[in-house]
Amino acid sequence: MLYDALIAPFLDFEFMRRALAGVVALALGGAPIGVFLMLRRMSLVGDAMAHAILPGAAIGFLFSGLNLFAMTFGGLIAGFSVALLAGLVSRVTVIKEDASLAAFYLVSLAVGVTIVSMRGTNIDLLHVLFGNILALDDQTLLVIAFNATISLVVMAVIYRPLVIECVDPVFLRTVSRAGAPAHLAFLALVVVNLVNGFHALGTLLAVGLMILPAGIARFWSRDITGMMMISVASAMISGYVGLVLSFQTKVPSGPAIILVAAVLYVFSVLFGNVSGLVRQLFPGRHLEA
Amino acid sequence: MSAQLSFRDVTLGYDRHPAVHHLNGEISAGSLLAVVGPNGAGKSTLFRGIVGILKPLTGAIMLGGLKARDIAYLPQSVDIDRTFPISVFDFVGTGLWRTTGIFGGLGKKARAQIAQALAAVGLNGFENRNIGTLSGGQMQRMLFARVLLQDARVIVLDEPFNAIDAKTSADLIALVRHWHAEKRTVLAALHDMDMVRAHFPDTLLLARGSVAWGATQQVLTADNLLEARRMCEAFDDGAGTCVVDAAHSRAA
Repeated sequence: MLYDALIAPFLDFEFMRRALAGVVALALGGAPIGVFLMLRRMSLVGDAMAHAILPGAAIGFLFSGLNLFAMTFGGLIAGFSVALLAGLVSRVTVIKEDASLAAFYLVSLAVGVTIVSMRGTNIDLLHVLFGNILALDDQTLLVIAFNATISLVVMAVIYRPLVIECVDPVFLRTVSRAGAPAHLAFLALVVVNLVNGFHALGTLLAVGLMILPAGIARFWSRDITGMMMISVASAMISGYVGLVLSFQTKVPSGPAIILVAAVLYVFSVLFGNVSGLVRQLFPGRHLEA
Repeated sequence: MSAQLSFRDVTLGYDRHPAVHHLNGEISAGSLLAVVGPNGAGKSTLFRGIVGILKPLTGAIMLGGLKARDIAYLPQSVDIDRTFPISVFDFVGTGLWRTTGIFGGLGKKARAQIAQALAAVGLNGFENRNIGTLSGGQMQRMLFARVLLQDARVIVLDEPFNAIDAKTSADLIALVRHWHAEKRTVLAALHDMDMVRAHFPDTLLLARGSVAWGATQQVLTADNLLEARRMCEAFDDGAGTCVVDAAHSRAA
């Protein structure tokens, strides 16, 4: 019974195995990035950039339909452009980075939806907005795995400057010039992982598998290494349970995965041992020192 | 003694408004210099110029062959994200950046150095605490431990004893004197004149420009302090362009 529900779908159907492999790769690449987005108070920046990817992917779609490479390439270009332009506007004008990003992503979303609807059907639009993790082919899976590998390697390279840039940016500026390149590389990783998530979960939910696991991890660890491990694990669990749920109940798989992550998040808000609500209500007797 | 830092007609400021105005002078290697002056006198701005965060509007700051990164700098309002999950040990360890760089690991020797630095500032036993749990004084001790590890020829401390209790100040000033004894050049912006008189041989009294600069006893006279106090904060939206600069460009 339990076997039928939890394991059989993956043994019986290849598309479920692909989806699982895809979600594991997304978790490995994206969740650690999500932790840094959260710690740098950039969670919504991730969301804004996810929208920014849409027109690029849509232009790829306009030229070659639902073609993997055209849409990936378009998404990457659009994501990088918006990240750089928004950064530039906020640096040289009075507009702050969040307002600047908000402006760019609203425009991007409008342009993207317009482009897709000019050529495609509503089904295509849904595919772009919400992805389809159950339809990952070999090529897409390879692209996702490749991007996840790149993320992990680059993350290892920029880890130290990134941490110092988060904690004490002035100190980093006085000892090294690595701050700005590390920040740019980090933004690039955000874009790469959003494009990655886009194939499986669509532009609107791609950021979900980065931010929700990071939020979950914050409630269970006080240490950044621990947070990254917990975030990866909870992203994987959300992916697996979401796929099972989607298979058994016919709920679309992308939203199912994000909803499972949301349930874990709510559980963590309530019961997490670092500042969870229940813990705050019943902290236990105070210590001696 | 050779000059470690020299200022040649340095003007530093923000958005064309000068905060330090046409400063000339030099600081010899190994000196222990207090920089005093009212709020808005340009002390922090001068320090930001020295460590290379702020470029002079005109003039030049010579570092005597040092690079900006060879100077340890403790800013006044430290822009530290105290909610970031990092332990005291790891935070202080970033002071070893010059030897570890981006990839270098923390070997046995480095770990011993960090432990030593923590002991020197009286933070034994705090290694695994998150930085967010420290009190103001403990935070300042931790920042001093990081400066200690930076092992820099020049150390720049911007109001390091603000809102710090007497015991902590006494411990940290002992560390400053130790650096002086090691022939490092130490600059500190301070408001406590008694502390300056007791511990700092040289003083720069700053009020946008130098009011007096030299041996502390000669600098901190009633007249000089009164003159510095008369300085009004400089930022004036209606200000014209600087006449000194105009004279310079005519001469050129």
